[in-house]
Amino acid sequence: METAIEVRNLVVERGKRRVLHGLTCSIPRGSVTGLLGPSGSGKTTLMRAIVGVQIVKSGVVTVLGEPAGTPRLRHKIGYLTQSPSVYADLTVRENARYFASLYKGITPADADNAVEMVGLGDAANQLVATLSGGQRARASLACTLVSRPEVLILDEPTVGQDPVLRDELWHQFRAMAAAGTTLLVSSHVMDEASRCDRLLLIREGALIADDTPDLVRASAGTNDLDAAFLHLIRTMEKTGVAS
Amino acid sequence: MSPRILGSTTKRILNQLRHDHRTVGLLVIVPILLLTLLYFMFKNEALLPGQPSTFDRIGLIMLGVFPFVIMFLITSIAMLRERTTGTLERLLTTPMGKLDLLFAYGIAFGIAAAIQASIAAGVAYWLFDLDTAGSTSLVILIAIANAVLGVALGLFCSAFARTEFQAVQFMPIVVIPQFLLCGLFVARDQMAGWLQAISDALPMSYAVEALQQVGAHADATDTLWRDLGIVVGCVVVALTLAAATLRRRSP
Ligand SMILES: Nc1ncnc2c1ncn2[C@@H]1O[C@H](COP(=O)(O)OP(=O)(O)O)[C@@H](O)[C@H]1O
Ligand SMILES: [Mg+2]
Repeated sequence: METAIEVRNLVVERGKRRVLHGLTCSIPRGSVTGLLGPSGSGKTTLMRAIVGVQIVKSGVVTVLGEPAGTPRLRHKIGYLTQSPSVYADLTVRENARYFASLYKGITPADADNAVEMVGLGDAANQLVATLSGGQRARASLACTLVSRPEVLILDEPTVGQDPVLRDELWHQFRAMAAAGTTLLVSSHVMDEASRCDRLLLIREGALIADDTPDLVRASAGTNDLDAAFLHLIRTMEKTGVAS
Repeated sequence: MSPRILGSTTKRILNQLRHDHRTVGLLVIVPILLLTLLYFMFKNEALLPGQPSTFDRIGLIMLGVFPFVIMFLITSIAMLRERTTGTLERLLTTPMGKLDLLFAYGIAFGIAAAIQASIAAGVAYWLFDLDTAGSTSLVILIAIANAVLGVALGLFCSAFARTEFQAVQFMPIVVIPQFLLCGLFVARDQMAGWLQAISDALPMSYAVEALQQVGAHADATDTLWRDLGIVVGCVVVALTLAAATLRRRSP
C-alpha cells in the first residue's frame, strides 16, 4: 500500500526531557491509523511533528512525499488540536465559515455541511462560548474537516462525546478513508482500536506495536486490546527492547 | 499574502468585536466621557484676549491619544487570546500567511478606530466647540494612523505576555512614557537634552506634533506629512517585529 506519512528516527525534546526516542513508523494512504497510548506517552508530540509545528531534534518526517511543514502541505493537511481551538466569541457557523475561507475553492456551503457532519446543525448559530465541552470539541473538529484535506491528523477527536455521536463520527472517519483520505487518530481509550485499519501503540515515546488490530491481538494472545497492551508492555520490559 | 484570506480575517476580527456589545459601547463612550471631563475642567479658565483655550490644545491631542491607547490594549488582549486558545497554532497550520493575520488586525482595528475617532471628533468639534486652524479630516487621519500604531505595538507586545494580567501591564510601559514626553506637559524644546532625545525616539511625539500642526495651520504642512510618515514607518517596524514573534514551529 502507498505510504502517506513516513517517520524515521524521530527524536523530539520538549523542555529538558526527551519525549520521542528515535521513533520510526509509516502510515498508509487511504486508511485510518489509530495512535494509542497512555496520557503523556508522546501522541500529541508525534502529531505535531507530522503537522510540522513541532521543533524536532533529529529524524525525518515526510508527508505525501514532502518534508513535514512545507507551505504546499498546508493546503492538504488538517490538524485537530487536542484542546478545542475555536473562537469562543463567534458562533459555530462563523467559525466554520472563517476556517473555510482560508482554503481556495472551499465555500460557505461546505462550512455549513461540516457543521452538520459533527452534529451541530441545531447549534450552528450559537456562540461557541455557550457550548458544552463536547460540543466545543465538535465545533473544533468541524473547522478541521471543512477543508476536506488529504491527510487528517486528529488528536483525541472523540473524547467526551456520547456513544451515539462517537459511533457516527467513526462512521464518517471510515467513509473518508474509503474515499482516499489518510487519517491518523489518537486516543487513550482502547475501545476505539478495533475501528482502525492499523494501530500504533506508543509508550514513553517509543513504539511498542505497529500492526493491524487483529495482529496486535494475536501477538499478545488475547482478544482484549487493553490486555494486549499490558502484555506487550510486560514483554518489552522483560526483554528490554522496543519492537 | 492573499487578498481573500486578508479580507476574511479582517471580517472575522470585526465579527468578534461585533458580538461583544459592551466593548463596542466602551469604545464609543469612553473617549466622549473623557472629552466631556476635559471640557468642564477648563470651562471656567480665565483667558487673555487672543489666547487659545487649554481645551483646544489638550482636547485636540487627546483625539489622537485615545485611539492609540485603546487599540493597543484591545489588540494585545485579542492576540494573546489567539496564542493561548490555540487558534494561532491552528492558523499557522493553514495556508494563511503571517502578514495576512497581522495586516488583518491592523485593518480591522483601524476601521474600529476610524469610527471611534470620528465620533469623538464630532463631539469635540460640535458639542464642545473645539477650534483648530486645520481640517477635522486631518485630525481623524492622524488618529487612525496612531490607532494602527497602537495595534502594531500590541501585536508585538502580546508575544511577551503569558496571561491577560501580564498583557495589561505593558500598557503603562508602552503608553505612559510616550504620553509624558510627547510635548503635552512640557514643550519638547524645553526639555533637558537627554529627555528630548528620548522623546525624539518615541513615535507618539510625532503624532502629537502632527496634531499641533493641524491646530496651528489652515493647510497641511510639510512637517505634518513628515510626522505622519514617521508614524507609518514605526507601524511597519512594529509589524515586522511582530511577524518575527509568530513562529510556525514551537518547542
Ligand atoms: N510544551 C511542553 N514543554 C515541555 N514538555 C512538554 C510540553 N508538552 C508536553 N510535554 C511533555 O511531553 C511528554 C509527551 O506529551 P504529549 O505528547 O502531550 O503526550 P500525550 O499526547 O500522549 O498525552 C509529556 O511528558 C509532557 O509532559
Ligand atoms: Mg495528547
